[in-house]
Amino acid sequence: MPVKDGNSLYAGLTDILGQEFVSKEPEELYIYSRDSSANPPRPVDYVVMPSSVEEVQAIVKLASSKGIPLIPMGAALNLEGLTLPLKGGIVVDMRRMDKIIEVSEMDRYALVEAGVSQGKLISYLEEKYPMLQHSVPDAPPSATVAGSCLICGYGHLSTNYGTHAEMVNGLEVVLPTGEILRTGSAMLSTSLWFGRGSLPDLTGLFLGWLGTTGIVTKLSIRLYPRPPIRDMVIYMMQDSSIVPDVVYRITHTEVAEDVSIVGQERPEWMKGYQIIAAYVSAHTEKELDLKKSYLKRISKEEFKSKVSFMEEAPGELKEQFMELPFFATKVADWKKGGGFEYVGAIMPIDTLPEAWEKGIDIAHRFDMLYSYAIRVVEGGHHVLFTYSYPFNRADEVSMHNALSALKETQKLSLALGAIPWKPEVDGQKEIIKKMDKGTFKLMQRIRKLLDPGGIMNPGNWEVD
Amino acid sequence: MALDDFKDVIHRCFRCGYCKFTSNYTDFNCPPYNKFRLETFSPGGRMWLIRAMMLKDIEPSQHLADILYSCTMCANCVEECRFKFHDDIVDIIMEGKASLVESGMVPPTARDFFKNIYLSGNPWKEPQQKRGDWARHYGIPVYKPGDEYLYYVGCIGSYDQRVQKMAGAFGQLLLRAGLSFGILGEDEYCDGNEVLMMGEQGLFEYLAQKNIELFKERRVNKIVTLSPHAYNVMRNKYPRLGGDFEVVHYTELLKELISSGRLKVPGGRKIKVTYHDPCFLGRWNSIYDEPREVLESVDGVELVEMRRNRENAFCCGGGGGNFYTDIIGGGESSPSRIRVREAADTGADIIAVACPTCMTMIEDGLKGEDLDEKIMCNDISEIVLDAITSAEEG
Repeated sequence: MPVKDGNSLYAGLTDILGQEFVSKEPEELYIYSRDSSANPPRPVDYVVMPSSVEEVQAIVKLASSKGIPLIPMGAALNLEGLTLPLKGGIVVDMRRMDKIIEVSEMDRYALVEAGVSQGKLISYLEEKYPMLQHSVPDAPPSATVAGSCLICGYGHLSTNYGTHAEMVNGLEVVLPTGEILRTGSAMLSTSLWFGRGSLPDLTGLFLGWLGTTGIVTKLSIRLYPRPPIRDMVIYMMQDSSIVPDVVYRITHTEVAEDVSIVGQERPEWMKGYQIIAAYVSAHTEKELDLKKSYLKRISKEEFKSKVSFMEEAPGELKEQFMELPFFATKVADWKKGGGFEYVGAIMPIDTLPEAWEKGIDIAHRFDMLYSYAIRVVEGGHHVLFTYSYPFNRADEVSMHNALSALKETQKLSLALGAIPWKPEVDGQKEIIKKMDKGTFKLMQRIRKLLDPGGIMNPGNWEVD
Repeated sequence: MALDDFKDVIHRCFRCGYCKFTSNYTDFNCPPYNKFRLETFSPGGRMWLIRAMMLKDIEPSQHLADILYSCTMCANCVEECRFKFHDDIVDIIMEGKASLVESGMVPPTARDFFKNIYLSGNPWKEPQQKRGDWARHYGIPVYKPGDEYLYYVGCIGSYDQRVQKMAGAFGQLLLRAGLSFGILGEDEYCDGNEVLMMGEQGLFEYLAQKNIELFKERRVNKIVTLSPHAYNVMRNKYPRLGGDFEVVHYTELLKELISSGRLKVPGGRKIKVTYHDPCFLGRWNSIYDEPREVLESVDGVELVEMRRNRENAFCCGGGGGNFYTDIIGGGESSPSRIRVREAADTGADIIAVACPTCMTMIEDGLKGEDLDEKIMCNDISEIVLDAITSAEEG
């Protein structure tokens, strides 16, 4: 739906940002209307790139006065079409707001603007604070730190600490009315970003809401000690039904820094296997050996011939698994087609065997190879099960199959009692169908209160 | 090659964005993306737009031309892309520009660039007969059959007053080393590297053939180029058109002359030097060590590295014809100004360059940053020659 009153809107936007950072050119509208997912393109009316919270405020006020949708965007790497406008409007590319404002070594947090990339924070911490690390998602380094927090992302070698949403100490948000809100300890002072404290937790109003409640302009995230020594051990089995027990035993030792599970049909030797990687960190080699010995005992004493144990992972595999950021895009290139979809299903770990077997059926039904990456979260409280569906953008059948597999997998996940992670618009509707009616009504009331004009990423978390 | 030759590859870009960064993610290392920040100006954005043009989802336009021609062809994307098709990225962008040439939709400055080169043999419409004038001052001879090296100077070295000094410095070093060499002077013609990088393939072939014929007619076997751009095209593109010559960049030859003892370099004054890697020498042709070895052979030179160096070096912003079209120049975020700020951070007295294009861009950057009184931009030959003449003068 084309934006009404386009000329005055364009003039207003350029008054705020200058011509360089406002576009209505077909080239920008083309690129920002598409992502690497199989979702269809969604028309964009304008693309803007603010560089300050004041500019964001001015854009929001202008859009609000004209009732134009705003779609906040990080790097658009969510692979679910979440930054493609469902009802047209202005895509607000946040990546010019890319300052690392503060790192508190003592309180272990970083305060960053919303457009800071994972890559920038990785290299900054490596150079200036080598004792600290942040939780890095399985995304390219161009993904934004804020984006991953707002979609409740997961980090490699850090899921023991929880999801990225749980690592947020506080946010600065431009509300759909143009007001500025700060959450967490920053509610008391603009210089306090150390934690959420025991205040009413307003941070949650912006986590998982997919940009429908405001535009986050800065955030404080927790940092963690970077271990001086890191290694991994591997368990291999050919029976998905024992995976929950093995994971339970590993996590119960509390010596694994992180645990992930992989299963895929290529390369051929991996077919039919469940591979559990348990990462171990330590301050000394002695500590490392001791921890590894605990992990070895699990396979030896409790699972015997059912589980093979590798105390030393093969070099290439180890390099691949330990890389930060993890090069997940390699799997995405299986079809050599520049397209990648996946379903992340957040589920109790005892659901895993059924999810595993039924996922293989879905993949094969849609002419795919199965490929799973599973993260054990917070020491085993739940898992994030991801089903990958690479596809060929130049092949419509391949795209259709990926999208169909995605929808089937979302249905499967819900049927298994899992929560689809960062669901695309149809997945959101499936979740709403299953959601408690009163809860959904409250969500709608909250949105109405925060965004009376309904301008924030409309179409998401809505029924038709 | 034609754009159609990449139809099985072009859709494979995910726009994952590794290509925008240095290898350790410290900075955005794609000059136009770093300046404009819109996704369209990233290597992935260009790949998707070129594919859209192939599919006729978008039409050629002036804005598309600006997006494609803002690419400096620095090849950072080739270096950083994690996929097997990484080598194809710059070729695809080159072919995208070629499509715009065919549809008559290039930036006006690119059009002028092509026209001037076609009519005058250089981008500034300078008279051809004056091309070798600079050399008389230095006593640099004209090439004659039997000379060991043809010294190919290129357009910028022939006509830009600052770069003429660079060309002269290298010529004087060759004279001191007793090498038999010469320039083509008024018979020299544009090498065509930028023309090729800007997608004017017909004009490139015309220039290349013209040069190849002339080189053969003059019985040239070895060519030493002042410019890494000429080095690139003569070494990598001319052979396919029948021009099989032994091509070296001047820093390679200098290194050989110094290490063989043919060129004696006594100690000079104590100076702190930082070296700016030219893209067409570094990322395009993997020559990183020779220029540094030449600099380190000068007693008194303390070589300090910029934060981004070698494979991660940030482009000066002049490649792909941008030294002329100036699509990404201007303002604090222009690549040359960013680069000289980075050089200033090292505390260096001199930014050493090995490329005429880099020299003009870095000089502009120094002026733009008001650093031209604090840091000098010198070519490697100038630094070596200065050390020799300073020692001679006592």
